Amino acid sequence: MTLAAVDWGFILIQTVETSLGLEAAVYALAAVGLNVHFGYAGLLNFGQVGFVAMGAYGMGLSVTLWSLNPFLALLVGMGFATVFALILGVPTLRLRGDYLAIVTIAAAEIVRLLARSTTLGEITRGAEGLHAFIGPFRELNPFDPGSEYGIGPIQFAGNQFFAIVVGWALTAVALAVIWQLMRSPWGRVVKAIREDEDAARALGKNAYWYKLQALILGGVIGGLAGMVQALGKATIQPDSFVPAYTFFFWTVLILGGVGRIWSPVVGAMIFWAMLTFFQGTLTAMVNEGLIPTALMDTSQVSQIRFMLVGVGLALLMVFRPQGIFGSREEMILDVR
Amino acid sequence: MSGSNVPSRLWGRIRRRDEFEPDLGWVLDESRRKWMVEHTSGVTKPDPALVIKNLRRAFGGLTAVDVDHLEIQRGVITALIGPNGAGKTTLFNLLTGFDRPDSGSVLLDGKDIERMRPHVRARKGMVRTFQLTKALTKLSVLENMKLGARDQVGEGFARSLFPPLWRSQEKAIEERAMELLERFSLAHMASEYAGTLSGGQRKLLEMARALMSRPAVVMLDEPVAGVNPALTQSLLEHVRELPIEGMTVIFVEHDMDVVWDISDWVVVMAEGKVIAEGLAEDIGKNQAVIDAYLGSGDDNDGEAP
Repeated sequence: MTLAAVDWGFILIQTVETSLGLEAAVYALAAVGLNVHFGYAGLLNFGQVGFVAMGAYGMGLSVTLWSLNPFLALLVGMGFATVFALILGVPTLRLRGDYLAIVTIAAAEIVRLLARSTTLGEITRGAEGLHAFIGPFRELNPFDPGSEYGIGPIQFAGNQFFAIVVGWALTAVALAVIWQLMRSPWGRVVKAIREDEDAARALGKNAYWYKLQALILGGVIGGLAGMVQALGKATIQPDSFVPAYTFFFWTVLILGGVGRIWSPVVGAMIFWAMLTFFQGTLTAMVNEGLIPTALMDTSQVSQIRFMLVGVGLALLMVFRPQGIFGSREEMILDVR
Repeated sequence: MSGSNVPSRLWGRIRRRDEFEPDLGWVLDESRRKWMVEHTSGVTKPDPALVIKNLRRAFGGLTAVDVDHLEIQRGVITALIGPNGAGKTTLFNLLTGFDRPDSGSVLLDGKDIERMRPHVRARKGMVRTFQLTKALTKLSVLENMKLGARDQVGEGFARSLFPPLWRSQEKAIEERAMELLERFSLAHMASEYAGTLSGGQRKLLEMARALMSRPAVVMLDEPVAGVNPALTQSLLEHVRELPIEGMTVIFVEHDMDVVWDISDWVVVMAEGKVIAEGLAEDIGKNQAVIDAYLGSGDDNDGEAP
């Protein structure tokens, strides 16, 4: 009945594994998109999971419905996310920022409910979701599905490893593009619009058009997250796109620090490291009798770990409100 | 009542006629000037940059702006004054496209710009500042300035990804920005966040940023409100220089000393209408203007004490 009896090595390996794994890559990509929206352009998007779903379904349907090759499927997925951005953005971006927030949260739910509806059952296969799309992607996999890949004790199965590599590669490309954009005059206009839209318009910038571009860019990156998730899980299910995920992406972004290039990546890694660490530690402590079962049993651990992440986020807001990478200098300017 | 009854407290220093630039001959035309001053709605100008026709804007039952005809002469400084609620800022918003009129039109260089959105008007050479200064706080002072430049190649999404396409232009813009910052004594702050500037410095920055676009018409909404006296003087120096560079300046101001100090022409608004326009020295003697500022006694003549 001591902490020494806990298998810390195992917990640590698992923690590192998830912070590099599929979920972390998916969350990082989705948060990178959110960072474009909120961090750079100041758009309040509470429906990022809708973009993730659109990307996933766009890619999945390309194969199951239209039998396209994987690369075209990727483009269709991006196209779906773009269309979603246009549907959300065209009517709302002329209005005040709050309108986009309201519309996005509802639209993301509409996407999920449509996908699982019986009306579209023939196409999207309802709650059961899409599975048959994975074949052509597996053929592209250069890794042996039967072997494990990784460094030392951290090992991933071949198919999983493929999705992880694709995920982090796409993240790297997205970061490179954003980095270049944000140090260009385009980024300057977008950031100016975040600070004060009217000032930008008074200087001849078409704020509406720039906001729409930013919404599409961040949405397409969110769509990529959905595609990576589909690739790794070999399934696209509507109920893996519930609104809660949007707020996990927000947590990731705020952990890392809003408006910084690396923050979504590091935020996603820390988010998943925390979840896994708490899961492992709490389970072990309950099993060892260090936590009385009257207080908590092992089946409750997976909920309680989210509470602890919430506590962690609250502490971060108190002691480092700018997030891990954020600039305190910039934060203070808001209060002046 | 005659002109001699104008309280000097209100009108401050009267500007002498011989202070005017000789090339503003139309201003000096004695007979015409008198006529202009007595005229309540817009007179024709020899070379108007802006023409406003039948411009109306109502908020519910309140008519904020109702201007039949107003011309703004090119290359001079026109002050727009009037009591609170006279519709000055609303007129500014209508001219720059930030608000839409219920009816009427605005002509810039003879072309109707009424249907153009604000950023399009800005590209046509109309740049404004705001009553509540809009410094882009989380951008550096230099970035603020660079934003002002027009026709930037790197502002296109695809082109921005290829720096060789815009690097040389960016360099030229930066040079011009530094020049202007030097002129506005902000050069030492170039790399600081604009949010660290004082209120007065922000006013300077906003004006300098507007000049980055090489505008034809500069519209300043209360350029010296809340600025300390020393900085006010340097700001006014800059405004005075603008017509020399060929710009048309329109500004809203409540500080009468400032109005007399720098304006070539004064337009007075009250309750949404242009009630008088003319030289600063004559405007102070205009009965309608006095009534607007001090409250009219006309209606009560011979009635209540």
